[in-house]
Amino acid sequence: MADNLFKLRIITPDRTFYESDVVMVEFNTTEGEIGVLKGHIPLTVVVAPGIITITEESGTKEAALHAGFAEVLGDSVIIMAEIIEWPSEIDLERAQEARDRAEERLRARTPETDIARAETALQRAMARINVIK
Amino acid sequence: MASMRDIKRRKGSIQSTQQITKAMKLVSTVKLQRAKSNAERSKTYFHAMYDTVHSILRKSGNLEHRYLKTGETGKTGVIVITSNRGLAGGYNSNVVKLITQGALANEDLAIYAIGKKGRDALGRKYEIAQDYSDYIEEPVYAEAMRMSSQVLKDFEEGRIKEIYIAYTGFKNTVSHIPTLLKLLPIIPGQEPDAEKEGELQDEIENNTLMNFEPEEDDALDLLIPKYITSLIYGCMIEAVAAENGARMQAMDSATSNAEEMIDKLTLMYNRARQSSITQELTEIIAGANAIS
Repeated sequence: MADNLFKLRIITPDRTFYESDVVMVEFNTTEGEIGVLKGHIPLTVVVAPGIITITEESGTKEAALHAGFAEVLGDSVIIMAEIIEWPSEIDLERAQEARDRAEERLRARTPETDIARAETALQRAMARINVIK
Repeated sequence: MASMRDIKRRKGSIQSTQQITKAMKLVSTVKLQRAKSNAERSKTYFHAMYDTVHSILRKSGNLEHRYLKTGETGKTGVIVITSNRGLAGGYNSNVVKLITQGALANEDLAIYAIGKKGRDALGRKYEIAQDYSDYIEEPVYAEAMRMSSQVLKDFEEGRIKEIYIAYTGFKNTVSHIPTLLKLLPIIPGQEPDAEKEGELQDEIENNTLMNFEPEEDDALDLLIPKYITSLIYGCMIEAVAAENGARMQAMDSATSNAEEMIDKLTLMYNRARQSSITQELTEIIAGANAIS
């Protein structure tokens, strides 16, 4: 079992969020969702807001990952996350409010609406809400 | 010999100075504790960011990207991190010296000042492109982001051709190293670490080339601003810790110098008092002798 593990490190500006040997990690990138197993080709990806699923030997863990980038190497993955939260750290009400606000902004769509920003905000809020459920 | 009253007054003034330096030392000790734990927490990210970006670039072979080439026109941009307040020993002047007497001394510089002391010292000789002095009080990631987008804009528009950052590295409480770091263009693989060299060799032998998703250019467009931001942020946090460390040391030695002077003055005062008593006694005895 042990030879299909690789090292995963998730680092944020404030702390080392996660560091352990894992079986698989799945997360959202700007090009779509990817899942990484040991022996992946070297790859650099830019993170898009979404849920990150970490599969350890003993089970899976989820967190909301919002921004950053990742360096994937054969035997290690480093995710330089700007924002990442465990479900227990998320304020569900705030996330729901943020989702409603972003949806409202996208619906209203005045010329001065920053669509890209509203969309990222919506994605971010959805990631937070989904990871709790 | 100075009169007793003069010595006493002098001693009083030194004593009140000592009280101030002692209080300042206590304040910066407390601030240092906070800044130090901040610095330690962000250090991992900061170093991992540096290592990761360099390792990505090393594995990428020949990249053609605007952030990886020296600009053709413009000045050399230097982000200078100093403090807003003085009384921190050599803290500010060491950073300033790094620029005025270092490798960049003869270049045409554009200074991005973080910290009033550096701005004032360098403003006489060089152009101050931007002044972010307020940010150093409480470094926030969002502010580092604003700064990095500004310098990157200047770089892209050809106002500056290279970007350096000058700050004081915080090694531990007593050792702070003024450091000049090149931010842009990024030259991958400038690590003298022997172990890393070995790894690099292995990587080249394995012939694994880095893949990018999205395309190289787009990925680097997103990645490098993040890299610059986190380096600026990390440098600011370290500099704040170093500033408080330097001030604590300076105030500590000021306090002990004051202590020493007070001791000396106490001795002088006692001598003066003794000699004045002796003199009075001699006069009284001489007077008594003259009468009898």
